[in-house]
Amino acid sequence: MELQIIWFVLWSILWAVYFMLDGFVLGSGMLQNFVARSDIERRVVINTLGPVWDGNEVWLITAGGVTFAAFPTTYALMFSYLYTALLLLLFSLIVRGVAFEFRGKVDDPRWKSLWDRALLVSSFLPALLFGVTFGNLFRGLPMDAAGYHGSLMSLVNPYGLVTGILFVLLFVVHGGLYLSVKTTGAVKARSVSAASAAWIPLLVVAGAFLIYTYPATHLFDNFLAHPGLLVVPLLAVLSLLGIKVFLVKGKLLPAFTASSLTILLVVATGVVGLFPNLIPSSLDTRYSLTAFNSSSSPYTLKIMTGVAILFLPIIIAYKVWVYRVFRAPVTNQDVLDNKQAY
Amino acid sequence: MDVVDLSRLQFALTCAFHFIFVPLTLGLSILVAFMETRYVQTGDELYLRMTKFWGKLFLINFALGVVTGITMEFQFGMNWAEYSRYVGDIFGAPLAIEATSSFFLESVFIGVWVFGWNKISRKAHAASICLVAFATNLSGLWILLANGWMQHPVGYVLRNGRAEMVDFLAVTFNPNGWIKFAHQISSAYVVAAFFVLGISAWHLLRKNETAFFKASFKMAALFGLVAVILSGLTGDIHAVEVGKTQPAKLAAMEALWDTQKTVGINLLQLPDTDHERNYFELIKLPSLLSLLATHSLDGEIKGLKDFPKDERPPVLPVFLSFRLMIGLGMLFSLLAFLAVILSRLDSLERYPRFLKLLVFTLPLPYLANQLGWIVAEMGRQPWIVYGIMKTSDGVSKSITLGQVAASLVGFVLLYGLLGAIDIYLLIKFARKGPDSDLSSLIDTTKREA
Repeated sequence: MELQIIWFVLWSILWAVYFMLDGFVLGSGMLQNFVARSDIERRVVINTLGPVWDGNEVWLITAGGVTFAAFPTTYALMFSYLYTALLLLLFSLIVRGVAFEFRGKVDDPRWKSLWDRALLVSSFLPALLFGVTFGNLFRGLPMDAAGYHGSLMSLVNPYGLVTGILFVLLFVVHGGLYLSVKTTGAVKARSVSAASAAWIPLLVVAGAFLIYTYPATHLFDNFLAHPGLLVVPLLAVLSLLGIKVFLVKGKLLPAFTASSLTILLVVATGVVGLFPNLIPSSLDTRYSLTAFNSSSSPYTLKIMTGVAILFLPIIIAYKVWVYRVFRAPVTNQDVLDNKQAY
Repeated sequence: MDVVDLSRLQFALTCAFHFIFVPLTLGLSILVAFMETRYVQTGDELYLRMTKFWGKLFLINFALGVVTGITMEFQFGMNWAEYSRYVGDIFGAPLAIEATSSFFLESVFIGVWVFGWNKISRKAHAASICLVAFATNLSGLWILLANGWMQHPVGYVLRNGRAEMVDFLAVTFNPNGWIKFAHQISSAYVVAAFFVLGISAWHLLRKNETAFFKASFKMAALFGLVAVILSGLTGDIHAVEVGKTQPAKLAAMEALWDTQKTVGINLLQLPDTDHERNYFELIKLPSLLSLLATHSLDGEIKGLKDFPKDERPPVLPVFLSFRLMIGLGMLFSLLAFLAVILSRLDSLERYPRFLKLLVFTLPLPYLANQLGWIVAEMGRQPWIVYGIMKTSDGVSKSITLGQVAASLVGFVLLYGLLGAIDIYLLIKFARKGPDSDLSSLIDTTKREA
């Protein structure tokens, strides 16, 4: 019983951290074509991501692996029901990974611009697909005793789309702020402008999402039953406003911290509203997948808890070390100096 | 073709494609780690240049290995939901442990290694590629423990309509997984060794950077000889294990139809599945199979006819793959042995035909690795988990033929394109040879912490 709650929390944290970390990689990927004009500027942008993107993506692998190990029924049904959406996501993530590696390997402007465009599309699509998918998880999937009654097209409903756009804009702002901390000169200036410009539509869409969530989902039930929980969405809104406050003051690192918090708190708002559901059924709540009815055995959860206690602190320790090693902004000279750079 | 067949085809293709890149990563990471460690120990710039050159090829290969790995994790749920639901309690654990113990380590430190040349000390930089090599191989262990459980399920009970784990240590120390791991990594090292040997031979034939490629050749030859010997030894132990735990697979590997004692091996034979016999059996080596599979001359081996027809693996592909893999293994032993001798005597240039042969041998260990997996996975059929669950019962209920056909076409197109580009880039940079500009290399490595 308690273990299942612990794993619901850990499951939520893995997704939230994944979105926070890959969010700025996806956002920077979407912005690369706009904040960088010359080849060297484009290289600077992807080299700010070079040391971290792979490690960030592993949070997704772990979120997937943990869903499998701790909530096998949810893993099985979620991945098979959302087959086509996940396939597109997979293809995008594959293309994004090789775009980083392949771009600099042939010295031909057409080759490079091909991979620049590939990076744009393969950064935009995952952001949109994750948003649409999570919007639909919040809403619930049409499933009952007979199985799944949805399709790729049924995911494209207004609420799913609003969540999709919310994710895209969140990641664009987050990526813009990352680049404004991690670059210098013209790229930095354009990144700051991009983040400021995207913040206004983000505010509008975030407001729409919050209001629309009331009629479209049952997320508010938990908040209305325990009003104290409203502190989570309230903090999310405050962080979102904090981004702008820091931007206006020119404090870029705090602004990036605020956008990181915003992403964590948006996911937190979603999962607090979902609890104990992992995937509610939109047809009949008896068929909702919850932390209690879709989990692994207590024995497996106990083993997995040991694994998490053992490895998570180590992972966090070396990740923090890496971000410290690579904390300085990337300059043109850095890229030219390292022959293995992207 | 139904959803099961297409899903199997898709899983096999995506797995095989992923496995073009994995063996080289497993082996070359160790070689590059060794090169950079030697550089730190000796300060010899030759080792630094070796690290950079082989490291570059390592990275081009590594990229596709990483991105195609995500597919495997997703597909269990996407195409094999009934399997995942049924065994997730026990099968998910090694996958989650792999991610937390190994994959994080590998992915984080590969970034440190590529981008840390002028940011951390030499020792820390060499340590990061050592961590990558360690994590990559550890990752292989957990994946093979997961696969080993499908081959020989242990530590579970059937309860609540699924397989539930009751003994984590039994899963972790499943002999099938460990011996598979040992056989797999040594076979992967053979791939890496022949990769370095083949490219070095190509350059030696053209008299490019002779000192550089002789040193690389020498290192790879020794690594390859040790690896191929270990691969053979572990393969033998593995076959004994298979004979004990998956007798139908062993019978298919040898195309043995009738249960017998004192079983020999026919050097030439071809199974005729329809008539449950072999078309011909020539040049018999008496008692050899009994000796190899049971370690006794008159050991009894179960024949395929002892298994119901619907519980036999497809005999012909398993038999042929196994034979070809063994033959290739013998060829690699001979070549690795010669490579060690000739490089020790420093007389490689005197045998240009041997060097040429090594260039053409480069793809063959890849083939041998794929064949090994065909034996392992087709030999497990019709079971998805040996003796517990049939493959046809593991497929997702909610997916349609159209969905799987579309995704299969998508995978073939995307993977085909990316694979072609990756191989083109590998050949391009392999031919180009190491950077000759030494000064720029040294400047980029910071001398103190």
